[in-house]
Amino acid sequence: MSDERENAIDVREAVKRYGDFTALKTISLTIKDNEFFTLLGPSGCGKTTLLRMIAGFENVTEGEILLYGQEIENLPPYKRPVNTVFQNYALFPHMTILDNVAFGLEMRGNSKADARKRAGEVLELVQLSQFAARKPSQLSGGQQQRVALARALAPQPKVLLLDEPLSALDLKLRKAMQIELKHLQRETGITFIFVTHDQEEALTMSDRIAVMSAGELQQLGEARDIYERPRNMFVADFIGETNLLEVSVDAVEGGRAKCHLGGGHELTCNAVDEIGAGSTVHMSVRPERLFMSDAPTESESLKGTVKENIYIGTDLSTIIALADGPDFIVRTSNSDRGIKRIFEPGSDIYVNMEQGAARLLID
Amino acid sequence: MSKGKYDIKSFPGFRAITLLCLFILYAPLLVVTVYSFNDSQSLTVWEGLSWRWYADVFTGPESGKFKEAARNSFVIAIVAATTATIIATLAATAMVRGGKFKLRSISFGLISLPLMVPEIVTAVAVLIFFNSIGFERGLMTILISHIAFCIPFAYLPISARMQGIEDTYEQAAMDLYATKRQAFTKILLPLMMPGIISGFLLAFIVSLDDFIITNFVKGAGVETLPTAIFGSVKQGLKPNIMAISTMLLSVSVVMVTISYFVSKSDNTK
Ligand SMILES: Nc1ncnc2c1ncn2[C@@H]1O[C@H](COP(=O)(O)OP(=O)(O)OP(=O)(O)O)[C@@H](O)[C@H]1O
Ligand SMILES: [Mg+2]
Repeated sequence: MSDERENAIDVREAVKRYGDFTALKTISLTIKDNEFFTLLGPSGCGKTTLLRMIAGFENVTEGEILLYGQEIENLPPYKRPVNTVFQNYALFPHMTILDNVAFGLEMRGNSKADARKRAGEVLELVQLSQFAARKPSQLSGGQQQRVALARALAPQPKVLLLDEPLSALDLKLRKAMQIELKHLQRETGITFIFVTHDQEEALTMSDRIAVMSAGELQQLGEARDIYERPRNMFVADFIGETNLLEVSVDAVEGGRAKCHLGGGHELTCNAVDEIGAGSTVHMSVRPERLFMSDAPTESESLKGTVKENIYIGTDLSTIIALADGPDFIVRTSNSDRGIKRIFEPGSDIYVNMEQGAARLLID
Repeated sequence: MSKGKYDIKSFPGFRAITLLCLFILYAPLLVVTVYSFNDSQSLTVWEGLSWRWYADVFTGPESGKFKEAARNSFVIAIVAATTATIIATLAATAMVRGGKFKLRSISFGLISLPLMVPEIVTAVAVLIFFNSIGFERGLMTILISHIAFCIPFAYLPISARMQGIEDTYEQAAMDLYATKRQAFTKILLPLMMPGIISGFLLAFIVSLDDFIITNFVKGAGVETLPTAIFGSVKQGLKPNIMAISTMLLSVSVVMVTISYFVSKSDNTK
C-alpha cells in the first residue's frame, strides 16, 4: 500500500460529549484517499456518532476533523462534499426513484434535465433502471438499499459514508451486496467509510479497519493484521472465534514468551513489549491454527481429551479438555477429512500449534 | 379478545343503547333534511316533494340577505382557514422539529387551550378586547377572531402528520446539498401536505359554522350565514330555513369527508 496518497479524512483528537456522557474519547485516525475504510465495533461504541460528525450532523466537542486537508467544523452538511447512505435509507417517499437519485445533483445546481440524465446513468450502474418511475415503497428492501446507494453516489462525493447499510438485508443478499459495494468502490474511486458491527463483513470488504469499543479506538490496521495480530483482549475476542486463555508468563526472550496454562501445561507465545515475565495475562490462538494428533509432534503439543465434536457445515469444531487445564476449541476443515482423522469423544490426543500461532494480549 | 364473552356486543342492552344514541343524534337532522323538500307552508304537515323552499332561498324575499351572508361566510372561511393553516404549519414545524425547548409543553397547551375554553367565554373576551382597543366591529373583527379560534383546529392534524415524519428525511436532503429552506420546501412540506389540507378543511368548516363568537363581534348589519339564519328564525320559523340548513349541512359533510380521506391518503405510494 502506498502511503503517498492524500488523506481523505483526518480526525485529530476528536472528542464528542453529550452533556456529561462522553460518546467518543479522543479519537485520532486518518483515512486515505480512495480507501475502503471500515469502522467496526459493538452497538453503542460511537460509530454512528463519528460518522455524523464527519457528515456535519453533530458538532465536534474537542479536536478537529479535516477533509482533504480542509477544516470542516464550520461547514454545514450541505456544503460538505460528503454523502451518506443512511441506516434506514431515508429515501424521499413522495418522489420517484429517479427524482430521489437526481435530488443531490439538482440541489448542487445541475439543470433538471442534466440531473435526471446523470441519475439515469447511476441507476443503470446499480441495475435499477427499470424501477426509475416507481416510488420507494414499491421496492423491496434490497432494491431500496441500492437506490440509497445510487442517490448518495450520484453527486460524486469525495467521501461516501455508509452507516450499516446492509444490516436489514437477508444473509444471501447481504453477501451479494458486499461484493457489489466493493466493486462500486473500486470503479468509482470514491473513498468509502463503512460502518458495521459485523466483523465478518468488515474483514471481507475493507482495505483497513478501525476497531472501536466504548468510544475508544482499539486497533487500526488491514484486515489480516487485525485478525492475525490482535493487539488486545477486546480485538481478539470481538474479531472471529478464538481460544482466549489465561497464562502466566515465565520468561521472555527474543520476541518469544515461555508461559504456562492452568494445570501446568507449557507453551510458547509471541511476546509483546508491554508484557514482561511474572505477569498473568491472556493469550489468543485461533481454532483453525490448531490441529490434533495421537502422538506429540515437533510443534508445541499439549495433552488432552476430546470432549465433543460439533459439525458446523464447512468445518468440524472439536472441544478438547487439557488435563486439569482449560478447554481448547480446534477447527478442522471438512475438506481435510481425508487427511485429518476425526477423534471420537473420550480419545486421548495432543493439541498442536505452529510457532507464532499463540499471541499474548494486553488487556 | 374481541370474540367470546367479553365481546362488548354481547353486553345486555348494547344494541338498544347504540340505536338510541344514533337516533337522538341523527333524527333531527333527518327531519330537517326531509322536510326541506316539503311542498307546504307548514313546518310539520307533509304535502309532497318540491324544490319550492330551495327556490325561495335564492329568489324569495330574504334571498338578498342570505346571498350577502353566504358571501361573507365563504370569504371569511377561506381567508381565516388559509391564514390559520399557515400559522399552524409554522407552529407545528417549530414544535415538532424545534428540539426540546423549555416552554414546549406550555406552548402546546397554549395552542390547544382554545379548544377547551367555553366558546361564550372566548366570545366575550374577544368582544371586550376589540372594544378596549377601539376596533370598529365589522367583517375585519369577525375575520381576526375566526383566524384565532381556527388555529388549534388546523394545528392538530398538521402536527399529528408531522410527528410521523422522521427527521432523517431532512437530514438526507441536507446531506444532498439542500439548504435548510430547500429541505423544508422540497421534502418536509410535501410530506406534510395531507395534514395541511386536512387542517385547512377543518378550519374552514369551523369558521363557516361558527355562530357564538361571530354574533358577538360582528358589527350591525354585517351577517354571516349562521347569524343570518338565527336572525331569520327569530322572526318566525319558515321552511326556507330548513332548506338553507340542509345546504349548509351538506357543505359540512362534504368538507369533513374530504378531510377524512385526505388525512388517510398517502402521497408516498
Ligand atoms: N443525541 C445523543 N444524546 C446523548 N447520547 C447519545 C446521543 N446520540 C448517541 N448517544 C450515545 O452515544 C453512544 C454512541 O452512540 P452511536 O449511535 O454512535 O453508537 P453506534 O456505535 O452507532 O451503535 P449502533 O451499532 O447501535 O448503531 C451511545 O451510548 C449513545 O447512547
Ligand atoms: Mg449506529
